[in-house]
Amino acid sequence: MNGRIIAAAALAIGILAPFTGIYTVFLMKALCFALFACAFNLLLGFAGLLSFGHAAFFGLAAYVTAHGVKEWGLTPELGILAGTAVAAVLGLGFGGLAIRRQGIYFAMITLALSQMVYFFCLQAPFTHGEDGIQAVPRGYLFGFIDLMQPMNMYYTVLAIFVFGFAVIHRAVHSPFGQVLKAIRDNEQRAISLGYRTERYKLAAFVLSAALAGMAGSTKALVFQLASLTDAHWHASGEVVLMTLLGGMGTIAGPAVGAFLVVAIQNYLAESGAWVTIIQGVIFIIVVLSFRRGILGEVVGFVAKRKATPAAKPLEPRPASAITGE
Amino acid sequence: MNFKQALLGAACAMMMAGAAQAQISDNKVKIGVLTDLSGTYSDLSGQGSVVAAEMAVADFGGKVKGAAVEVVSADHQNKADISSAIARKWYDSEGVDVITDLVTSAVALAVREVARERKKIDIVSGAASTALTGKACSETGFHWAYDTYAMAVGTGKAVVKQGGDSWFFLTADYAFGHALEGDTAAVVKENGGKVVGQVRHPFPNADFSSFLLQAQASKAKIIGLANAGQDTINAIKQAKEFGITDSGQSLASLLIFITDIHSLGLDTAKDLLMTTGFYWDADDESRAFAKRFKEKTGKMPTMIHAGVYSSVMQYLKAIDAAGTDEGVAVSAKLREMPVKDFFAKDGKVRADGRMVHDMYLAQVKKPAESKQPWDYLKVVRTIPGDEAYRPLEKGDCPLVKK
Repeated sequence: MNGRIIAAAALAIGILAPFTGIYTVFLMKALCFALFACAFNLLLGFAGLLSFGHAAFFGLAAYVTAHGVKEWGLTPELGILAGTAVAAVLGLGFGGLAIRRQGIYFAMITLALSQMVYFFCLQAPFTHGEDGIQAVPRGYLFGFIDLMQPMNMYYTVLAIFVFGFAVIHRAVHSPFGQVLKAIRDNEQRAISLGYRTERYKLAAFVLSAALAGMAGSTKALVFQLASLTDAHWHASGEVVLMTLLGGMGTIAGPAVGAFLVVAIQNYLAESGAWVTIIQGVIFIIVVLSFRRGILGEVVGFVAKRKATPAAKPLEPRPASAITGE
Repeated sequence: MNFKQALLGAACAMMMAGAAQAQISDNKVKIGVLTDLSGTYSDLSGQGSVVAAEMAVADFGGKVKGAAVEVVSADHQNKADISSAIARKWYDSEGVDVITDLVTSAVALAVREVARERKKIDIVSGAASTALTGKACSETGFHWAYDTYAMAVGTGKAVVKQGGDSWFFLTADYAFGHALEGDTAAVVKENGGKVVGQVRHPFPNADFSSFLLQAQASKAKIIGLANAGQDTINAIKQAKEFGITDSGQSLASLLIFITDIHSLGLDTAKDLLMTTGFYWDADDESRAFAKRFKEKTGKMPTMIHAGVYSSVMQYLKAIDAAGTDEGVAVSAKLREMPVKDFFAKDGKVRADGRMVHDMYLAQVKKPAESKQPWDYLKVVRTIPGDEAYRPLEKGDCPLVKK
């Protein structure tokens, strides 16, 4: 119940935000990264898989959308779908390989694969190397909504974010999400209960990759460009930073982290060399003193203040009801 | 309490709106220096470019047509999306009239599109891509200090004429490196030289040993470095360690800045051939500028710094001549007016936005020849602008009528 009120309030803020005088491009960028971070968090926070290669999905989808819209004349919605689809297929390939290993090996495999994508993007003729794909037309959504109007673009991005967020929310709170959490907490036990954990992990990986791709595709339209920055491993690192800052494993935490990081990058750009240093210091402080991230701490604080026990026990379900097997 | 807070919030919002309006009113000319203040290029552009722009404004008198001139700056972190967001914010809501420096090609191209849409001016001094005056040229876009074509042609032609007629390329394996290698190879062949081979190295790369051995085995007189930044520095250092430069083969670096020479040291960089748009010790005017610049920053200006100064000065002159700071009108003036300052002796701006000016072919001095700090280069030849830059009709710029 409480959650619904908060969600409604957040949506209202999202709808009203452009009227407060906050710069819309900044909001759109933050929303794209928020979706990216939430998608990443689905994997890290709920399945316990630290991917260090999510930039590959984000970046490649951006290129696919930019190229499709600019060179093939796709409409924006088709462009985004194409980017998302490519990211999902790529995620299937990456995930299929990477989930065979755990922990640091998983992270390294995803990093290696994403570096391959980076160098592909660097070399492939259609990406124009370090120049990137520039002057991508935003076009008309569904053929009649002019996305060159900042407000139209903003609400499109907001809708995409809400959609992506809803998908993640649904996934996390479904039986599927429960199994993911079980795998995160004790994979051996989940196996012993009869779950084929690799399938769950692969499904989570593909979903996460597809949503990360959707974020990248949207960003390509917002900025009207796709560049190597998005495919670089720095972007993979940035999304880890956003997720940890905001609160790993909380549903909305990564979005908070994304807004914070993007705000730092945007509003402190004028203070020059300090941007990266400030980012680093904040990261150190959070990791040392607020291990659960900003939202994680808030949630923990609220839970503590309520006299009732923080976690209500889950109702046990028969395994067959969850997996359908 | 809540009501009070709401009131306070509303008051703040109104104040912000008021401030924004005051900036839009055109009683002010704002120059945005968008550059790399924290990363790889902060040495050769960065804060120095901000200082150069401020110096130009101060030298112009701080006012144009009665309006105050202000310089703002931001760090684009070499990311195209950050730079495009800043450019939009600057043009749309902070009354910035021109954006300059713009090091890194992806950044410059991203800002070019933002500026074109709004008919605002961008003057690129930092980035090298010839696309800026080719396919991506714009009515209100300019390219000031140098480009890859000028670097390739300047060094390539001059080296062949001096007898360096067999080349081996060490090329960074991406679009920039390929373009630099392609342009240079064409020039080498045109002038009767030959290319005996090339090797592509990954980007970025730390270990050049196998590539350098191939270059050495090729017996080419000249090893052309079609790369930039840290790659160039690494390649030059390792070439020295392999004794390549001491055994008769020469290096020709196709894109290098005086700050790179400074960090390499003369012992390592000696005899290197390079093309530059500006050298501080070229004549009295350039020395005077460099001396003032060094007092403020502690280092000598690169061609990007000098280019930023020159472009800002010329921009202010154009506003003065046009009587307005409206983008299209000022751009028309910029294309009409000759550029005469310490940077460009006899510069002119072409239809595609290219500022054509003389370039220098220079050779890095031996340690014994260097008389004072930063005394690094001897100018071998002045390359006339029309020879240095890509002919107007070859650029595919839509603004050029065929």
